[in-house]
Amino acid sequence: MTGQQFLQYIFSGITNGSIYALTALGFTLVYNATGIINFAQGELVMLGGLSAIGLYRAGLPLPLAFVGALIIVLIVAVMFEQLAIRPLMAKGVLAQVIATVGASLALRTAAMMIWGREALPLPPFSGDTPIRVLGASLTPQTLWVVGTTIVIVLALQFFYKRTLTGKAVRACAVNPLAARLMGVSYASVVLLSFAVSGVISAAGGAMVAPISFMSYSSGALLGLKGFAAATLGGLGNPLAAVFGGLTLGILEGLAVGLVSSGYKDAIAFVILLLVLFVRPQGLFGGRVVERE
Amino acid sequence: MSTPVGFWNRNWGFITLAVVALAMPLLVADAYLLSILAFMATRFMVVIGLSLLLGQAGQISLGHAAFVAIGAYGSALLVTRLSMNPWLAMVVAAVLAAGVAGVIGIPTLKLKGHYLAMATLGFGEIVFILLVQLKGLTRGTDGITGIPPLTLGSLDFSQPRLYHVLVWLVALIVFRLALNLSESRVGRSLKALRRSELAAESLGVNASWRKLQVFMISAVFASLAGSFDAHYVQFISPDSYGITFSVILVCSVVIGGFRSVWGALWGTLATVILPEVIKRIHEDAVNLVFGILLILIVVLLPVKSGPLARVAHDVRCLFHREERG
Amino acid sequence: MPLMRLDGVSKRFGGLEALREVSFALHVGQIMALIGPNGAGKTTLFNCVAGADRPSAGQVFFRGEDVTGRPAHAMCRAGLARTFQHSRLFDDLTVLENVIVGRHCRTYAGLAAAFLRLPRHGREERESREQAMHALTRVGLADRAQDEAGSLPLGERHLLEIARGLATEPVLLLLDEPAAGLNDEETANLGHCVRRIRDDGVTILLVEHDMTFVMDISDQVVVLDYGRKIADGPPLMIQADPEVIRAYLGEDLE
Repeated sequence: MTGQQFLQYIFSGITNGSIYALTALGFTLVYNATGIINFAQGELVMLGGLSAIGLYRAGLPLPLAFVGALIIVLIVAVMFEQLAIRPLMAKGVLAQVIATVGASLALRTAAMMIWGREALPLPPFSGDTPIRVLGASLTPQTLWVVGTTIVIVLALQFFYKRTLTGKAVRACAVNPLAARLMGVSYASVVLLSFAVSGVISAAGGAMVAPISFMSYSSGALLGLKGFAAATLGGLGNPLAAVFGGLTLGILEGLAVGLVSSGYKDAIAFVILLLVLFVRPQGLFGGRVVERE
Repeated sequence: MSTPVGFWNRNWGFITLAVVALAMPLLVADAYLLSILAFMATRFMVVIGLSLLLGQAGQISLGHAAFVAIGAYGSALLVTRLSMNPWLAMVVAAVLAAGVAGVIGIPTLKLKGHYLAMATLGFGEIVFILLVQLKGLTRGTDGITGIPPLTLGSLDFSQPRLYHVLVWLVALIVFRLALNLSESRVGRSLKALRRSELAAESLGVNASWRKLQVFMISAVFASLAGSFDAHYVQFISPDSYGITFSVILVCSVVIGGFRSVWGALWGTLATVILPEVIKRIHEDAVNLVFGILLILIVVLLPVKSGPLARVAHDVRCLFHREERG
Repeated sequence: MPLMRLDGVSKRFGGLEALREVSFALHVGQIMALIGPNGAGKTTLFNCVAGADRPSAGQVFFRGEDVTGRPAHAMCRAGLARTFQHSRLFDDLTVLENVIVGRHCRTYAGLAAAFLRLPRHGREERESREQAMHALTRVGLADRAQDEAGSLPLGERHLLEIARGLATEPVLLLLDEPAAGLNDEETANLGHCVRRIRDDGVTILLVEHDMTFVMDISDQVVVLDYGRKIADGPPLMIQADPEVIRAYLGEDLE
């Protein structure tokens, strides 16, 4: 592998890694607020991508299609929270897993019925003239993806650390009862977490669509990779999720170069299983995973 | 204890099922219907195993399609490449499935809830990718053709009626074993640990070991089913063993109910028959209905009265979250 | 030789020290009470002793053996049974079935016997049933055997947990707040029951907030405060101990 190729694989790794990071953030937000792993998280990413594509094809200008996709997924996420998650809060892990798995199957099938089985493209946000960087080429869309990811991560950091609502959300993650006693409404924190996690996932899906197309079945893989990323970093820690996502993306990129692109998707699961076997709390996680 | 009446009272359900299942070839002439019934038997085997794991022990696997695939590909490869005796190949594949389940289960069954779900989901995906990518071995998406049908002496099980009797006989044996297990000391320990692992452990149940055992048993049942399907259809390809199939399997257990292994029968009937009906209305809507059913069943079940009340009660007891101590 | 001996047992959760070098000895045939204000570390100590949790430091000896960090199911086999502060009954099983689960550690039928319904499994099952009924009789719940465990009132739930523990044939029975939420009559009934069990040869270690009950029933009392043992002795001595009184000042004695 030449240095040029190496750089190329790193670039593509960072691009995909950003999407995994956003998906992992989606997992983390919901997990922190509710203790639930949303098995339909990947489907929200897929839905973001396909909604943007659908709206664009319906004649909306690209920026409006992007925003429209965010709104659509926001609505879906909020409805899902209200209809399925809220009644399940007291019912235990098994019921939550089953319901969110059911949601992922339903959303995937619904997407197939609406948009068909083909993988669909979206035009890049600002053309596709590659930029040369040290001999490797960088598409403008990559900059969009990475840039937006950075903006989202910074905005979330600001929200969690500086705003009152953000602090309330964190209080809930640490101790729901105490937070409730302090007058923070747990229900609205959960709703907010779902909404934000939906919007972030949708943004990821809409931004990656121009790079890797999007089909009804893309969500399952994206979801698992997002979870692998979140687990690698340490479930429950947003910055670790971002780190996990980028690491996973880069490892995948290098694996494509070193092994073969066919096995690219297996990398995430090997990492996921390894982390679960060796260090279930992840690289930076302190949270106990053995809970009853 | 051993009077004929007592025996009948305890076993009438099973005997009725056995008679009906084995008599089907006499009643059904339609070839399509017969193939569905044979397919139902293998589905039943997989769901029985998953019912022990999910319904009795409360552990969820989202990668059970992979164990079916291990049975199918194990049988197909051992028979077509190594000319192994099909029956022996079936056993070898099942042992392999149990071994793989052990390797996956030892670390993950110590973790709670969603980690096993994610690990099995990831495992299922890896197996799927391997089936597609190991082209030298599996021929990728083209699949493996020319798998010989099962024979035993002069009996040729490619004949639909004969195969039906064979596969249902095996399914009934698997079902009987599972029923016996659930009513035994071992089954009771599974029920106990599903309700409270802490309490079960304090009463002498080695929870990790029990969960591992039942996970391996369910893998064996799944693998057997895969082997039978492969020999019957004589063709296999990765498409049949994706995530969706795993989720449909879970769906069968959830629809059938968790209280008893009998739920596996109701769940299998529902998930085999329902698609045939839905397909007539809308070709693609089958999985949409299953997805929504999964949510509805766990979310809406607190039904106050009516025929669903009992099931609702079961599910409520099942999902009653324990306070963390 | 004491039945159970704790030697400098400590337990840390992150930065929190729930137990600090607790040592005491429990002798055969005793009823010992473990008391202390809320958060003193009583349940943590139970968990460390019963194998539900592993001490961060120190050793636990049971019947002369070092059992530190052994898992709960092994402790059960070794002869230790426990009940839980918030009862952990299998609510949708019958009272009898709950107790039969307690026979698990004294029975042996494995997968083969279960799958094939071997005769020895049948024999063992019948025996388990009889033993379980016997345990129910000991706590006075025999007539509720076929009821769903979830339908029992609180007092009987505590008794059922005790019966379930007795079915494991323990030499040491750990009771975590057995009198919590009981009325006077139920508490008195519980006291008789506990004494009877002790008279049958089972040593008892209990955590309890009901001081009248504790002082009435126990031979020895160990007092914990902020994870530290501050007193250890017969009830009358404990009642007069200035440090114990100080620890409880401002605390509800309930």
